Amino acid sequence: MRFSLPVDPEVRERLEQLEIPFNSYGVDPYGISKAYLGPSFTALRFFFKHYFSVESHGIENVPARGRVMLVGNHSGGVALDGAMVVASQFLEMNPPRLAQGMAEKFLNKVPFASQLTNRCGHLTGLPEHAERLLADERMLMVFPEGARGTAKLFKERYSLVHFGTGFVRLAMKMKTPIVPFAFLGGGEAIPTISNAVSIGKLFGVPYIPVTPWLFAVPIPAKLEVYYSKPMVFEGTGSEEDEVVNAHVEKVKERIAELIDAGRRRRRGEPARDADRGGAA
Amino acid sequence: MRVLVPGLSGRLGKMLAERLLELGHDVIGIDRRPFRDAPAGVEMHEVDIRKRAAEDVFRKFRPQAVIHMATVTHLVVQSEDRYRINLGGTRAVFEHSHTYGAEHVVFVGRHTYYGAAADSPLFHNEDEPPMGLASFPELADLVAADLYAGSALWRYPSFTTSVLRMVYTLGPTGHGTLATFLRGKRVPTLLGFDPLFHFMHEKDVVNALCTTLDKRPRGVFNVAGPQPVPLSMVIRETGRTNVPIPEMIFSMMLGRLGLPKLPTGALEHIKYPVTVDGSAFKKATGFVHEIDEKGAMRAYRDAFPRPTH
Repeated sequence: MRFSLPVDPEVRERLEQLEIPFNSYGVDPYGISKAYLGPSFTALRFFFKHYFSVESHGIENVPARGRVMLVGNHSGGVALDGAMVVASQFLEMNPPRLAQGMAEKFLNKVPFASQLTNRCGHLTGLPEHAERLLADERMLMVFPEGARGTAKLFKERYSLVHFGTGFVRLAMKMKTPIVPFAFLGGGEAIPTISNAVSIGKLFGVPYIPVTPWLFAVPIPAKLEVYYSKPMVFEGTGSEEDEVVNAHVEKVKERIAELIDAGRRRRRGEPARDADRGGAA
Repeated sequence: MRVLVPGLSGRLGKMLAERLLELGHDVIGIDRRPFRDAPAGVEMHEVDIRKRAAEDVFRKFRPQAVIHMATVTHLVVQSEDRYRINLGGTRAVFEHSHTYGAEHVVFVGRHTYYGAAADSPLFHNEDEPPMGLASFPELADLVAADLYAGSALWRYPSFTTSVLRMVYTLGPTGHGTLATFLRGKRVPTLLGFDPLFHFMHEKDVVNALCTTLDKRPRGVFNVAGPQPVPLSMVIRETGRTNVPIPEMIFSMMLGRLGLPKLPTGALEHIKYPVTVDGSAFKKATGFVHEIDEKGAMRAYRDAFPRPTH
């Protein structure tokens, strides 16, 4: 390979254990490439294990195989949460799993970003992609708050904004369990005080987050992720809004509970029964 | 079976003709271009498909099956001429097939029908509309020919119509858009973009056509073989050098410095992938590709080694 970026030995070993149909060049049908995953997970591993020392709870709730959707909150601080959940699935699951996010549409138009996101499995956020990946028994990572969620300011870091309903319809249609998760600390790592929309437009992105030290360089704050037990919603995905909204609310509530439990834990309060992965 | 192939004179046509003869079919070709080194046993008629003489061939020969390959795909031919050939020719093929009692017509179309765009999904299904025309209007005649061919499904219930949307071909003949793009020593790409390219070996293309003839699937089908791979990998594995150029500079260079004069919309096709889901065709015909992506790239490299100067 012409890529000479260093790859951590643990990452190399885990790459071989990924249950993804790579061809002899190490590229899967979606273009996911070991040559990109290696260096990218090596970097993520450093941030996951050393810089932020991310703590994850309830990873045993995540199914080892088969289609599944990880559905969580954005905790502020750009998409740090997504990156760390991807790292957690790769470094802490046995065998490792590749969580595939749905990339913002604008990213595919940005040189290099397009290449990098696609090669690492984060395809453009289209319903066709989501359905196809689930049909292929992959793991999908979804943030129903969307870009509204990444734009959260520091003071909003523990709040949940409006959830889209598409993810529940998708889960019902594709008969896929949802594993809700809560992510804590992104807002501390990259405390956004403002989002510069017009400067962002100049660079072809929706906005650029501004921190007290101007740029979105993360500080080594404590990050945590809490995985809940899977939730399954029966149906076809073409139910009326009322039905679907009720399911969405259940997932949102579950995530809110996990966030509360996490905050109590951060403050050193004793855990409650419902905090341990919780009943679906 | 009597098989008539408009557009047989290409290099792919030769491979197809040889295989059809092997399978025991009578093969007759129509093409404006002369068919040099046509395999013995092929009856060739050097006429334009839109002319009366072509109709005479249908009348005299009464083909049971017709494989329509007479579409112009490269963009160097003037657009208006292409329109006439691709649409007028396709119309003539279907009308004559109807008039002279053909049982099966195969339209050989292309997967670029779907278009390349930032927001278009990987692995298109047959029911998706063509979305690429806004950025690449020069492809309109091919898209229209494809849709027109599809309309034969209700227009002519007397015969079976198979519309095939085939991925790029790659192999020893060096035929096709992708093979031509890779011909030089250095291959220009857009800096920061590395789309998946979906292609299959020519032998598998011929296999797919013969399978279609045999199974007569009715409808519109994507035809794909092995999985797609990134363009950078195609360039590397065929022994070429990838020359990434920033998009702005690339657009300015088109038609200069040895780069072909392409419509700017063509750049979308080296920026974003066009990949198709070929499972419906496989299900309908049982088609399985023989040569994987590595084999196809290697075959091309062996036949067209990296130019030395």
